[in-house]
Amino acid sequence: MEKQDISKLERQFQEKIDNEIKIEPKDWMPDAYRETLIRQISQHAHSEIVGQLPEGNWVTRAPNLRRKAVLLAKIQDEAGHGLYLYSAVETLGADREETIDDLHSGKAKYSSIFNYPSLTWADMGMIGWLVDGAAIMNQVPLCRCSYGPYARAMVRVCKEESFHQRQGFEIVTKLAQGTPEQKEMAQESLNRWWWPALMMFGPSDKDSKHTAQSMAWKIKRHTNDELRQMFVDVTVPQAELIGLKVPDNDLKFNEETGHYDFGEINWDEFWQVVKGYGPCNKERVEARKKAKEEGMWIREAANAYAEKRANRKKAS
Amino acid sequence: MTKQEALFEYLLRRADDTLILGHRLSEWCGHGPILEEDIALTNLALDLVGQATELYQYAAKVEDKGRDEDDLAFLRLEREYKNVLLVEQTNGDFGKTIVRQFLFDHFQILLYERLMESKDEQIAAIAAKSIKEVKYHLKHSSEWVIRLGDGTEESHNRVQESVTDLSRFIDELFYQDEVDELLIKEGVACDTSEFRSTYDANIKAVLDEATLSLPKEKWQLDGGRKGIHSEHLGYLLAELQYVQRTHPGMEW
Ligand SMILES: [Fe+2]
Ligand SMILES: [Fe+2]
Ligand SMILES: [Fe+2]
Repeated sequence: MEKQDISKLERQFQEKIDNEIKIEPKDWMPDAYRETLIRQISQHAHSEIVGQLPEGNWVTRAPNLRRKAVLLAKIQDEAGHGLYLYSAVETLGADREETIDDLHSGKAKYSSIFNYPSLTWADMGMIGWLVDGAAIMNQVPLCRCSYGPYARAMVRVCKEESFHQRQGFEIVTKLAQGTPEQKEMAQESLNRWWWPALMMFGPSDKDSKHTAQSMAWKIKRHTNDELRQMFVDVTVPQAELIGLKVPDNDLKFNEETGHYDFGEINWDEFWQVVKGYGPCNKERVEARKKAKEEGMWIREAANAYAEKRANRKKAS
Repeated sequence: MTKQEALFEYLLRRADDTLILGHRLSEWCGHGPILEEDIALTNLALDLVGQATELYQYAAKVEDKGRDEDDLAFLRLEREYKNVLLVEQTNGDFGKTIVRQFLFDHFQILLYERLMESKDEQIAAIAAKSIKEVKYHLKHSSEWVIRLGDGTEESHNRVQESVTDLSRFIDELFYQDEVDELLIKEGVACDTSEFRSTYDANIKAVLDEATLSLPKEKWQLDGGRKGIHSEHLGYLLAELQYVQRTHPGMEW
């Protein structure tokens, strides 16, 4: 294609974006837009799938029948989110299994939070309350993302995420209002999950290499630091309400700005986990690889059976 | 044995079957071999835990000693669990999990079809509600048995081994004793011997289509209904009961 044609297409594309018209799979789009979306949506899909692991770790030890059922339902939703997101990736011409192989090779990332271990029952509450809570902050604006299939998947996903956040907060509340032993369990868990939850919003704006372009394309609507601030502002009063202490000595409500000021994230820890050296990175990827490898013979069998059936149909 | 004692025991047997099988299925959560099947197995687990909850609630009411459904599910000793041995068997590979499910689903559907007619309204209601789920479970497990049996040579051999291995637990599904006799007379329970031949024919039809077969030898095991289990159950209960045993008497 001529250079001129491309710049015309690019102009039309950006006009659509500026006018809040959704980009659909068959529409022309710049390669970089496509690649950014493939990277972001597949990472999101991987996060849903890897995110099943720390919670799956407590399904067999859930303390009562109701909690067990709710936890199973929640994890099942997350796997469902993974499915819709992989379908959204495929509308961009990417192959689901190839993106999964990138996860297994370490090329593709997923949300770092899932590289922390779930050690106590309180962690099930903390994951729902903080991790799904942070996911909601990230995902609600994505419902208005410029790419149609992603935006529509997010509308569906966000409805379920708010149920996840509530069930988590309910678990934590029950513990915080329980025996001293239970309250201690909740506080100890908050101490471990608070900072990793803040890290879920990614590097600070000055170090975020993708933010400016993503905002121009209306894939992103807020910067990482804006979203992080929104999360802190919403979550700190919730902790106070149930009598838990957020583990940050610099945390203070700022009357002037109307926001909470909070301490500095340990960015060394952040980058260590992103680069693959967090407490559970290895275990998480190994578990997913093992599932895929052990699924090979099953996929082969299903394909072989489908083929036999098709042949029998033809023959008859 | 009074009718009340028999009914309590009968309900525990049904509830324990579904709880323990649901527990086993939930072990797959996040590790399923294919994403769609991860979701399907978790969904099965969810249905079975739901059925168990309703059965325990009713059992607790029948017993009338102040225990609730969670006390029954989480706070009994190993010898007091009355599930059949089949459901506590380890997951093995996906094929073994499917065969275990297949053998159980075909039994459960015939049982629930009859319990829908029970004179005990509560049992009839639970059966009527659960049977919709069981129909789906049965379709899912039967289709996979066929796919794997008639898939590749490897899948055929693997799943045939599971059929051979697990078939020794079939007879116990039909176990009956004085508990059943008393409740059959009352029109509460149904006589499982009456649908044994249907069960055999139903599973044979699927296995035939899957090019699989039951072994000729018929070694049969039982014990579960009297609380005599395989060594696997103790470990399962250690996990199931962990929080309740570590932090006794708390609300969650
Ligand atoms: Fe999700
Ligand atoms: Fe998400
Ligand atoms: Fe979620």
